[in-house]
Amino acid sequence: MSAITRDEVAHLARLSRLALSDDELDHYATQLDDIIGAVARVSEVATDDIPPSSHALPLTNVYRPDEVRRCLTPEEALAAAPAVEDDRFRVPRILGEEA
Amino acid sequence: MSLTRKTAAELGALIASGEVSAVEVTQAHLDRIAEVDPQVNAFLHVATESALAQARSVDERRAAGEPLGPLAGVPIAHKDVFTTKDMPTTAGSKILEGYRPPYDATVTARLREAGLVILGKTNLDEFAMGSSTENSAYGPTRNPWDLGRIPGGSSGGSSAAVASYQAPLSTGTDTGGSIRQPAAVTGIVGMKPTYGGSSRYGLIAFASSLDTPGPFARNVLDAALLHEAFSGHDSMDSTSIHEEVPPVVEAARRGDVAGLRVGVVKEFGGEGYQPGVIARFREAVDLLESLGAKIVEVSCPSFGYALPAYYLIAPSECSSNLARFDGMRYGLRVGDDGTRSAEEVMALTRAAGFGPEVKRRIMLGTYALSSGYYDAYYGSAQKVRTLIARDFEAAFHQVDVLVSPTTPTTAFPIGERADDPMAMYLADLCTIPANLSGNAAISVPCGLADEDGMPVGLQIMAPVLGDDRCYRVGAAVEKAFEDRWGGPLLKEAPSL
Repeated sequence: MSAITRDEVAHLARLSRLALSDDELDHYATQLDDIIGAVARVSEVATDDIPPSSHALPLTNVYRPDEVRRCLTPEEALAAAPAVEDDRFRVPRILGEEA
Repeated sequence: MSLTRKTAAELGALIASGEVSAVEVTQAHLDRIAEVDPQVNAFLHVATESALAQARSVDERRAAGEPLGPLAGVPIAHKDVFTTKDMPTTAGSKILEGYRPPYDATVTARLREAGLVILGKTNLDEFAMGSSTENSAYGPTRNPWDLGRIPGGSSGGSSAAVASYQAPLSTGTDTGGSIRQPAAVTGIVGMKPTYGGSSRYGLIAFASSLDTPGPFARNVLDAALLHEAFSGHDSMDSTSIHEEVPPVVEAARRGDVAGLRVGVVKEFGGEGYQPGVIARFREAVDLLESLGAKIVEVSCPSFGYALPAYYLIAPSECSSNLARFDGMRYGLRVGDDGTRSAEEVMALTRAAGFGPEVKRRIMLGTYALSSGYYDAYYGSAQKVRTLIARDFEAAFHQVDVLVSPTTPTTAFPIGERADDPMAMYLADLCTIPANLSGNAAISVPCGLADEDGMPVGLQIMAPVLGDDRCYRVGAAVEKAFEDRWGGPLLKEAPSL
């Protein structure tokens, strides 16, 4: 039985904001199925009594004094933007209505 | 002897004493790059003008009587995953083609402060995802030992640059082995410091709980000098350790193992390991014993689950980290014709800008984190992470360092594993555990495999903040092998 279906891969591509072609979906479905089949082994040893580790080291939140520091100027922040208008990032429409 | 054959420590001393100028040293390396990089493809960008300017400023400081650090004026190749204000930063991806960051990474800034001369930016697997540098959008880098083989990855441009004498030093990042594996397969030294020992600020993020900057060099002392130059606490990185940098340079100069307990990890070996790699590894263990180390076999039963855990944790973190590449604030934007929505433009941009391995990992991570699968995949992988850390803890009660082959095989031919992700992932089999637990680990050359004449690496793993032990043992092994070989392993490499 496959671990992941082509439809699931198409759903993942949508969630991941990747516009994939049909050929790509076929290709990735096979590969992801192989990979997921192989990595699923982790559940063999992950018993309820083992606490999860999100990090290698026992780190706690770090704070710094709330002081004003130099940050990027608008020019610096916008320098690499694909489109700029009135000192802002210009983006395509974000609401659902027709253009 | 040509300037490009000298060690970083030697070059630093020659420049400090005024015997050669930093400009001469830099020009010699720029000439070498022009000569051999068309074959090797280690560099994505060569910064001729700024390198010479930096070298001139070191020479001026010397002339003015200012004290210079041990690496002032020494050239370095910088992995193109660290931001650099004055050079393009691509992470090996089309999505960042031509991108100029508005700030320097902390590692970049510290290289500059130490007077190191940045020659340019080196090739890598896209966003540091890979073990061969074939996943770069800008073409593969080639192994200087055999141009038909991979130089390791993801830091393959950095390993190849140092192994082909284009630079005495380079930077890398190690998330699952991306410094140690390329060092091993090109016959040089590569070190993954303790997680949090070197700053991630300005390092383009792949898997933030694993990513660790570290040095490449042709010998252990040079690696230690570079390690010391860019490591240490950084308030700009919230996971930076608030501790002194371990005494790595002193350890590299000391280089002895008498009385040290060295553990051989029982679980590394057997199926999938090349006989020539195992033979060289066994010789290295015998060598350590002959130098006075006590060899102990150690069992780390959970290490067999490290690779699957890693290929859930790293893709999960990457799927989140790479969400920032949306075509809105920087980088590529595709399909913005005035009719499409932002969401459609994002999906077209990411499909055009990311290569296959990055897409695979983003989708894998999205899957592992999705509701219904989270506990079985990401949650279980995090538990394995706990088990790996416990294995290391138990092992370091018995021994001072652990050793293993760095990689199961030598460098494979370009193209051999390109469309077989699971085969590619196996290259990181021995290096991943130290990433999951944050330990320090180094790879040093231990000979050539009989089958193919390609370099083999010895991995030395130490506890968290025990970075100095890696250098101490690495330097001892290096000295003993060089006595036996009559010089460094790299002198066996064919000349380019």
